[in-house]
Amino acid sequence: MNRTKPITGELLALKEEIEGYAIKAGLDFFPQIFEVCDYDTINILAAQGGFPSRYPHWKFGMDYDQLSKGYAYGLQKIYEMVINTNPCYAYLLQANNWVDQKIVMAHVYGHNDFFKNNAWFSNTNRKMMDVMANHGTKIRRYMDRYGADAVENFIDKVLSLENLMDINELFETSSLKRHRQEQSDQQKIESQDDGYLNDDRSQALKSFMRTKARINKRDEPLPKKEDDQISAERPLQNKSKDILGYLIQYAPIEEWQADIIGILREESYYFLPQRMTKIMNEGWASYWHSRIMTEDALDSSEIIDFADKHAGVMAMSRQNINPYKVGIELMRDIEYRWNRGMFGKEYNECTDMKEKHHWDTKLNQGRAKIFEVRKSHNDISFIDEFLTPDFCERQQLFTYKYNPRTGRFEIDSKDFLAIKQKLLSQLTNFGQPIIEVEDGNFMNRKELLLSHVHYGVDLDVNFASETLRNLYAIWRRPVNLKTKYEEKEVVFQYDGKEFKTIN
Amino acid sequence: MDHPIKRDHARFRKIVKGKIRDNLRKYVSHGSQIIPKGTDKFTVPMPTIDIPRFKFGDKSEGGMGQGKGEAGDPVNGQPDPNGQPGQGEAGEGEGNKELEVELSLEELARILGEELALPNIEPKGKKSLQSVVDRYTNIGTVGPDSLRHLRRTYKQALKRQIATDSYDPENPVIIPIRKDFRYRASDTKVEMQNAAVVIYMMDVSGSMGDEQKEIVRTESFWINLWLKSQYKDIEIRYIIHDATAKEVDEHTFFRTRESGGTLISSAFNLCKEIIEKDYNPNEWNIYPFHFSDGDNWSADDTKLCMDLLDKVILPVSNVFCYGQVESRYGSGQFYKDLVTKYGQTSDKLILSKIKNKEGILDSIKEFLGKGK
Repeated sequence: MNRTKPITGELLALKEEIEGYAIKAGLDFFPQIFEVCDYDTINILAAQGGFPSRYPHWKFGMDYDQLSKGYAYGLQKIYEMVINTNPCYAYLLQANNWVDQKIVMAHVYGHNDFFKNNAWFSNTNRKMMDVMANHGTKIRRYMDRYGADAVENFIDKVLSLENLMDINELFETSSLKRHRQEQSDQQKIESQDDGYLNDDRSQALKSFMRTKARINKRDEPLPKKEDDQISAERPLQNKSKDILGYLIQYAPIEEWQADIIGILREESYYFLPQRMTKIMNEGWASYWHSRIMTEDALDSSEIIDFADKHAGVMAMSRQNINPYKVGIELMRDIEYRWNRGMFGKEYNECTDMKEKHHWDTKLNQGRAKIFEVRKSHNDISFIDEFLTPDFCERQQLFTYKYNPRTGRFEIDSKDFLAIKQKLLSQLTNFGQPIIEVEDGNFMNRKELLLSHVHYGVDLDVNFASETLRNLYAIWRRPVNLKTKYEEKEVVFQYDGKEFKTIN
Repeated sequence: MDHPIKRDHARFRKIVKGKIRDNLRKYVSHGSQIIPKGTDKFTVPMPTIDIPRFKFGDKSEGGMGQGKGEAGDPVNGQPDPNGQPGQGEAGEGEGNKELEVELSLEELARILGEELALPNIEPKGKKSLQSVVDRYTNIGTVGPDSLRHLRRTYKQALKRQIATDSYDPENPVIIPIRKDFRYRASDTKVEMQNAAVVIYMMDVSGSMGDEQKEIVRTESFWINLWLKSQYKDIEIRYIIHDATAKEVDEHTFFRTRESGGTLISSAFNLCKEIIEKDYNPNEWNIYPFHFSDGDNWSADDTKLCMDLLDKVILPVSNVFCYGQVESRYGSGQFYKDLVTKYGQTSDKLILSKIKNKEGILDSIKEFLGKGK
């Protein structure tokens, strides 16, 4: 069923035009494909993380429910979706007016360049479209075999742990290398009996075909693992933040369950770089749509519409940081500072405010600098390195907190260090608590011990207890969580019957 | 075939309604989405299922914002837990811009009914209110061309042609002439309708704070909306009370703050008087609502209240609804007394506890979910 269609005619000509400007600006991007669709389709795509085909699960239905209600009641509207793939797919809303389409296209080229060049994206699978579709087929097949409810139930449990990721897994770690090695070894072995795998078909397809082959072999009895054999495999000490990866290796689960954990884990890691570079990515794309529009693409009759749309996207909020706004302003600030040499020892140590204000070494490295920044930073290092007191003041940034006396949220501080610290703590570990496996044989009873690396904010205990319950369903032995709660070290435990605190 | 996501969507809706996957039920939160309409704001229920995760607890930690202001200035609204940078896994979506849309009150009522799965009300009593309606159910020989009834016109022409023997079955050509023309015509009908009256009573003694009143205000707005969608003609009366009761207009009802003691019977007495004076229970559907924090002055007065309920109010009402708003000062005793007397569920009496603003929707469902 074709809900999207390639652009033609005027839009295609517009694409060629904008692409020309993007090349002229020095952007380096994957081949770009635009398709148009109606609002319902774009809601579907957005609900599915941008992908036309995902595994069946109610959570996509939930996101779709909210997006379509939001659209129907006029709360929000999505203009475009862009996906990190090669070639890079982007979907435009058919009903966008001409200026919107221009802005959106220019914006998309910014994202595309970012996806291609930013270091944190270097290991993402650019064929994710196929991979996601295959995941869907696999999970549907498991549903046919083991029952839709059972599979969905298991997926729910895994989704409960999906946010426990190790960002180091995005790069070539030693374990990743070993894993790759094992995989290619296994592939060699498998390709001996499965001759058809020895060709140049994509990795995703091959993995899919292997599963099929495995399923076909199901009639043969699987070598059953002895119970104590599993315990022998469980290491006494193996710290890991990659909880799902750990469970695949050590939890007493069936092969299909391990496969499902692997599927969800792969998808989570695919989206991780986007969560880590939200401010930069949006800032970069907005910087470029603004430049391309104002310098090249805009017709003088469209200037008001453009300004209106742009201002809407850049709107500041008193409750939250708008990543578009902070991102674009920080990019521009860096460009300005590096154009005028406003950095380094000499500049920092200058105490004459007037001189500092008019500082200009005619360095003109601004453009080169922001290209370099988009290559090597993520949001945390971006903020850490380039946020300045001056910038915070100009952007009117502040932190706020709840005042129990007045019963409302009040501006707490406009101090640079407080702002920076707050921003960084919100971004640390992509905003999720840091949880690691501490012991897979806790108390020498095959219990699982997780520990929460506490940086000042307690966990939500209700959620934590429910999460432990779900973890128990996978680990099947008591699960423990070491954390700090109300200034005290505690260990929460769920043993399959009740949730309790042990000390 | 429809997109597979529609199946996911249907499944989600079923889970939310509690039809399948009972183990997920406890994770369903009945959030809502604010819809601005004119100068006012309405909320539309927006249920979500929160998959449990390890996440940070204390949201009073605060957050970051951008804009004018000095330390100590209030930041409007609450921090949006989903608004933190770096969250959400969707691809890159261009900024969400707010659109304006007009929603009529009927639409809002429909949304409310749909989301809460409210049954339609079956009115009691005979229809007493007359109203005049014009319906085009008749046929006339004169009228404007736009109302010409073609079938009747040709039928008439056929009759005439057969009667005058100018009809040839071999060549069935029918040509209407002027006097064959027939037109739709209106009939004036008198329709009888159900009438309803809602009597709101609220405790405004010192222990009911602004937050409690806000809850009552929001809840009564939605109740009115629903009842209005169910009855064409509806009257609303307001009573406030502390130790004495008086009837007030809507504005005063929501803005008065009295202090002093509480005699709930005073309100019930006034309610009784109003009903006796203006609303014949044979003709009216009567809905008394009482909101308080559950503190009554004395056990004696509570007994008096029960008497009034038993003897007068319950027999004439469709249903009597008591909503107890949780307050720091209230004991909540009245609720317990009612439960002791009438039991948790009773035909004529619906009890509901409203803990906080989030409890409003559930409470509305409790009040209206029975279709009385």
